[in-house]
Amino acid sequence: MSDAGLLDHALAFGFVAFGLALLLNLLRLVKGPTTTDRVLAVDTMVIDVIALIVLLGIRQSTQAYFEAALLFAMFGFVATVSFCRFMLRGRLVE
Amino acid sequence: MSLLAEIAVSVLIVIGASFALVGSWGLLRLPHLMARLHAPTKATTLGVGSVLLASMVYFFAIGKGVSMHELLIVLFLFLTAPISASFLARAYLRAHVAPDVLPPAGEQGWATFARRSDDAHDAPATSATRAPPQD
Repeated sequence: MSDAGLLDHALAFGFVAFGLALLLNLLRLVKGPTTTDRVLAVDTMVIDVIALIVLLGIRQSTQAYFEAALLFAMFGFVATVSFCRFMLRGRLVE
Repeated sequence: MSLLAEIAVSVLIVIGASFALVGSWGLLRLPHLMARLHAPTKATTLGVGSVLLASMVYFFAIGKGVSMHELLIVLFLFLTAPISASFLARAYLRAHVAPDVLPPAGEQGWATFARRSDDAHDAPATSATRAPPQD
């Protein structure tokens, strides 16, 4: 890895931007007038956390975190779909 | 790692982070849920895709070969984002919108409002009727 700070600056910008995005989502999670808003906020937070994990992997130059990111993606999707199914049908399991 | 690769990775990270920030800002600022649904499901997904592309370029540039994990995550996210958005929209329609303000949807009516045999008794149905008859 070169000593130039370009990538470090970009990584710092990425961490700050995704952290700010998480805070905005948290605000919507607290405010959200309907339950659907809250589910949407949590879904977006999961996606932002995946990006943060990947950025951490770039910063530490390791590939150890990709399984964690994949698990986050899968469980976030399953959680969103089951919340919506519960709101649509009133039960989860057929 | 060459300068060209470093510039490419940095640009991809900055683009992705900007898209994610715009998506969350839209989630906070837009007026109601049907509008809010657009910002995170499109802008944020694109931002994460850009960051994962940056990670792919980075690990290729430092000589660890092409890693397929990122491609897997991108594929999964891009496939599931529209599905969860559609589910959220249907849940919102069912709970907060009366069927008679919606445009008619043919003789079958809106599937979102159709009563199904596996509904729980306390399902939050505002109206179990089919769409209003046309003309």
